[in-house]
Amino acid sequence: MRVVARLYRVPLPTLAIASLVLMTVALTLVFYVAPNDANQGFSQRIFYFHVSIAFTAYACFAAGAWKALLHLWKRDPRADLESYVAVHQGVIFGTLVLLTGSIWAKISWGHWWLWGEDELVLFLVLFLFYCAYFMLRFSVDLGPQRANLSAVYALFGVVLIPVSFLAIRIAKSFVHPEVFTLHGPNFGGWILVTYCVAQAALLLFAHTLYRVELAGKRLDARLRELRLA
Amino acid sequence: MTYFADVGALARKDLLLELRARDTLPAMLLFVVATFVVFHFSLPAHSSQLASSGLLWVAIIFTALLGLGRAFVPEREQRVLDGLVLAPCDRSAIWLAKSIATLAFLGAAELVALPVFALFFHGLSGATVAGVVLADVGICAVGTFLGAMAVATRARDLLLPLLFLPLAIPIVVGGVGASVVGSPGRYLAFLALYDVLFGLLCWATFEYVVTE
Repeated sequence: MRVVARLYRVPLPTLAIASLVLMTVALTLVFYVAPNDANQGFSQRIFYFHVSIAFTAYACFAAGAWKALLHLWKRDPRADLESYVAVHQGVIFGTLVLLTGSIWAKISWGHWWLWGEDELVLFLVLFLFYCAYFMLRFSVDLGPQRANLSAVYALFGVVLIPVSFLAIRIAKSFVHPEVFTLHGPNFGGWILVTYCVAQAALLLFAHTLYRVELAGKRLDARLRELRLA
Repeated sequence: MTYFADVGALARKDLLLELRARDTLPAMLLFVVATFVVFHFSLPAHSSQLASSGLLWVAIIFTALLGLGRAFVPEREQRVLDGLVLAPCDRSAIWLAKSIATLAFLGAAELVALPVFALFFHGLSGATVAGVVLADVGICAVGTFLGAMAVATRARDLLLPLLFLPLAIPIVVGGVGASVVGSPGRYLAFLALYDVLFGLLCWATFEYVVTE
C-alpha cells in the first residue's frame, strides 16, 4: 500500500517517461535477450506479454474492487471515479489478453480459440461481466445511486474471478479433457528476468494510463460543476 | 427474531400477491414446457442423452430469468420499494424475503418441469435433482439481488440478463457436471460453495442497492 501511495505523488510526465523507458527495456529483453523456447520457438515470446497483461488486468480489477469497498465503507468521495477508471483499464487489458491469447493459440495450435485454455475462457467470462458493469453504470443517472450500484457490482467481480476459475477448472473433466501448463521445467535465468521486467513495465504503464484517465475524468467533472454553477 | 418475522411477512406478501394475480408462475410453466419442445426439435436424431441433460440447465436458467425479471415489477409500479426502505426493518430482509418468494416460484415451476423433462427426454438421476435444488438457491439469491439493481436503472428489464448470465456460468458448470458425471460430489459441493459465497455477499451489500 505504501508503494502505491508513494506512486501517486510522482508527477504524471515523470511517470510516463519511466514507463516508456521500462517498456523499451522489456521489449529489448523479450526480442533480443530471452532465449528461444525449445518447443514453440520464436512465437513463445508472446508469453511475456500475454501473462503480464493478464496479471495487470487482475490487478486493475482488484484495484477497482478495493476502491469500491472504500466507497461503500469509508464514503471516500473520490473512490467511485477511481473504481470506475480501474475497472475500465482492467477491461482494456482484459481485451488485450483475449487478443494475445488468440494469436498465440493460432500459431501454436492452429485455432483462434481454444476452450481448453483456462485463462482465455476466464477472461471471456470476465469480459462479459465487466461489459455489463458499463451498461449498468451508464443506465443510472449521475449521483449516489450510480456510485453505489457500480461499487457493489465491482465487488461481485472479485468474488466471481476465483469462483469462475474454479468452475472452468472443474468443467474440464466433461468439457475439454486436456491439460496444458505454461511453466515448463526450465523457467529461470533470462526467462524469469525478462518476465519480471515485462511485468513491471506493464504494471507501470497501466498505472500511468490510469492516472491519465483519472485526470481527464476529474477535469470533466470539474467542468460540469462549473457549467452548472 | 424480529428479523425473521419481517422476512416472513414480506415473503408472505409476495406469495399472496402471486396467488391472487397469478402473473408469474403460469408464464414460467408455459415458457419451460415450450422451451423443452424447442429443444426437442433443435437436437438432431440420435443425439446423446448428455446433450439434453445440458439443455435442461439452459431451460432452468432462462425460466428463472423470466421469473426474476418480474420479481420487482410490483414494487416498481406501485412504488412499494420506497415504503419498504422507510420501514423500520433491516434492508437485507427485503432481499431475503424476495429471494424466498422467487425460490418458491422457481421450485413450483420445476415441480412440473422436471417430470415433463423426464417424460419428453430421459429419466433424471438423484444427483441432477440435488443439483437443481442447490442451483435454485444460488440463482434466486443472485438473481433477486441483480433484479433489484436492474429496476433502479433506466434500462430495467434489458439489463437483468446481461448482469445475470456471466454470474450464472459457474452455476451451469456445477449443475451440468452434477448431471453428467459419474461421481457428482464435487460439483454439488461447488454449487453449495457458490450459494454460500454469493449469498453472504448479497446479504451484506443489499442495503447499498436500495439506499443512497
